[in-house]
Amino acid sequence: MNALAPHWDRDPILKVDHLSMRFGGLVAVGDVTFRAGRGEVTAVIGPNGAGKTTVFNCITGFYKPSTGRLALMHGGPASDDELDALTTGGLAWSRTVNGATYLLERLPDHKVSARAKVARTFQNIRLFSGMTVLENLLVAQHMSLTQAGLLNPAALFNLPSWRRQQKEAVEHALYWLERIHLTARADDPAGDLPYGDQRRLEIARAMCTRPALLCLDEPAAGLNPRESAELNALLLGIRKDHQTSILLIEHDMSVVMEISDHVVVLEYGRKIADGTPEAVRNDPKVIASYLGVEDEAEAEAEMGAPA
Amino acid sequence: MAAPHASDLWEDDDKAPQVTIPPVAPTPREAALLPALKDAVASGIITGLLLLPLVGFRATESGSGPLTLTYRFGLVAVLAAVVAGLRLVLNLTVWHPDRRRAGKSSSPLAIRLRAGVAPLLKPAFFALALAYPFLAILLSGGLSPSRYWVDLGIYILTYVMLGWGLNIVVGLAGLLDLGYVAFYAVGAYTFALLSTSVPLNAFFDAHVAEGFWASWSFWVCLPVAGILAGLWGVILGFPVLRLRGDYLAIVTLAFGEIIRLVLINWVSLTNGGAGISSIPPVTFFGMSFDRDDTGFAAVFGLSFSPMHRMIFLYFIILGLAALTALATIRLRQMPVGRAWEALREDEIACRSLGINTTLTKLTAFATGAMFGGFAGAFFAVRVRFVSPESFTFMESAVILAIVVLGGMGSQMGVAAAAVLLIGGMEMLRNLTFLKSDFLFGSDFDPALYRMLIFGFAMVAVMVWRPRGLVATRMPTIFFKTRRAVSGSLVKEGHG
Repeated sequence: MNALAPHWDRDPILKVDHLSMRFGGLVAVGDVTFRAGRGEVTAVIGPNGAGKTTVFNCITGFYKPSTGRLALMHGGPASDDELDALTTGGLAWSRTVNGATYLLERLPDHKVSARAKVARTFQNIRLFSGMTVLENLLVAQHMSLTQAGLLNPAALFNLPSWRRQQKEAVEHALYWLERIHLTARADDPAGDLPYGDQRRLEIARAMCTRPALLCLDEPAAGLNPRESAELNALLLGIRKDHQTSILLIEHDMSVVMEISDHVVVLEYGRKIADGTPEAVRNDPKVIASYLGVEDEAEAEAEMGAPA
Repeated sequence: MAAPHASDLWEDDDKAPQVTIPPVAPTPREAALLPALKDAVASGIITGLLLLPLVGFRATESGSGPLTLTYRFGLVAVLAAVVAGLRLVLNLTVWHPDRRRAGKSSSPLAIRLRAGVAPLLKPAFFALALAYPFLAILLSGGLSPSRYWVDLGIYILTYVMLGWGLNIVVGLAGLLDLGYVAFYAVGAYTFALLSTSVPLNAFFDAHVAEGFWASWSFWVCLPVAGILAGLWGVILGFPVLRLRGDYLAIVTLAFGEIIRLVLINWVSLTNGGAGISSIPPVTFFGMSFDRDDTGFAAVFGLSFSPMHRMIFLYFIILGLAALTALATIRLRQMPVGRAWEALREDEIACRSLGINTTLTKLTAFATGAMFGGFAGAFFAVRVRFVSPESFTFMESAVILAIVVLGGMGSQMGVAAAAVLLIGGMEMLRNLTFLKSDFLFGSDFDPALYRMLIFGFAMVAVMVWRPRGLVATRMPTIFFKTRRAVSGSLVKEGHG
């Protein structure tokens, strides 16, 4: 691949190829192909009903796509040969020269998170509202804490080795509480937090799973401008300090344009644009879909748009 | 010319119009007493007039003879007085106009008292449970008269243990299980079948020692019963746990009935409806509670009493219940326990965090079932007879009622509910004063009405404390302070 190609083509963490999702006769997502670059913030935007959340649910394993391939690559990009071998081989994952590659459409939802290290948040916040903030972050570390089995005897009898492990988990949780400025509310039930704090806590909870790819479904929905700015800082910090790639759905253009490296635009389940924020902002098809134009101008935009 | 409207003036001055509020005279507290009394007397009179024709006269048929009219004015008066008294109490407390809303504003003394008492509550209850049989002996004046009370203690503790076992499934994991009695039955039959098995008896007589199986079978079978019940939990759980909410409840209910029907119909194994009798009694770790020289009483130099075995049974069930409680406390602080509670809160979020929900639900189901199996084995050794009659849906319903009444997830609440429900139902048998002539007469049997009274009590508790007796949830871990989570935030789970 040539050096002039964008980063997301040269070193993708996620390759979405020909993804389609049909619900009966309704095509929610039709033949969508895009890349999410390693260590980048990729935004998926589009009008309501464009199929963004469906794409997300396919990536995170909550839906099984009708067709398509979702390859998540740990360590570094997998070669086309390696990917083809994995795709035809029937296995869900394999080691590659640079690390490991997972085909997400072949993994059940909990393994998408546990094995492929894809974490997500939800459009309508899904915290464990009756559990405290700290407990929420400890539940998120379930997988790393249960490596020795669900009924680990060391944990059952509270042995020192277990206490050490749990202490590390609490410290990891406290680190994230510090990052989202909620240390003072560690012992409060998550359901008691104000909305903006709940949004950030959900992101922290996802980060506690130590993900390679963090998928955020409308993280700025319902936030005021100040909270929105805090969110931007948090996301940029996550990208900088944790080498976590971020894939986000967002309607708030101030968030999208400010933090994303790469924007993918969907409309009616199809991809209509893909590129840097500047390129997308000036794309006539995107402008047409967001602002609406006269019929002639729309036809013109469709004709003139690069394939 | 018409006078200017108030709003015109307001616009002119840019000021709100002056509204004079007449000063309200502060009402003295005594002012409420007289109307309350009046109201109470009036309602008493109305009750009396209403009940006079309904209750006051009674036509009784004596054999084939003529109808005779009996008068029960005493009962009418008592009922009217009860209504009037209750009405007065309510008028002066709950319906009192000046009453402050309870809950929010407790006095600092009450808060301090609560903070001081709360940590002592659990040890105090445990100490009381430990001392209970001795208290029963002391208060009833001797070993033999205490039999009823020790037996009641065993009965209540069995339900405490069953409640705690089901609490894992319903209270923590949020899986509505209406067939919990199935695991109780599996445990009971496991012990009953193994301990009465002739080949096993012969095998141990030949290879270990004469009479080994008769004296040790309970201690060998207790873990086996738990494990087998847990295994049944897994076998049931695999197909069932993909269902949610009401569907899960219905299927578990069906499973409970299936187990009972199998026990009735598989006559060659279970002896059908006739049940299994002559189950060997419990031994003091191999030492029998018999009158002979090697028995418990002789070895410890006590005079023989059948109560020794009862008291030992009491301590076994206390130990088993304590084991259930300790295991639950420990499991709650482990990742698996937190995953159970997280599952109850939001299953989809759990899956997004990599938690295998099927496996997690199965562990909850199996753990709950295991404790049900332990309790079942204990039941079989206490009664020394098992039959399918003991494992009807009613049992499941009572255990579930204990969990719901106690407050889902709370151990103290569940224990209190078991005492209240099982002990209370038992106490209702003893309401002999209702038999007095001026009330219901000597042919009135209060035991017949106990389910009715019990139902009313349940409704009342659910009205006043809709989340159960203990409505708060204690966090499993804390950073600075441990504060209870309000029940309104805690979800009940949807299967």
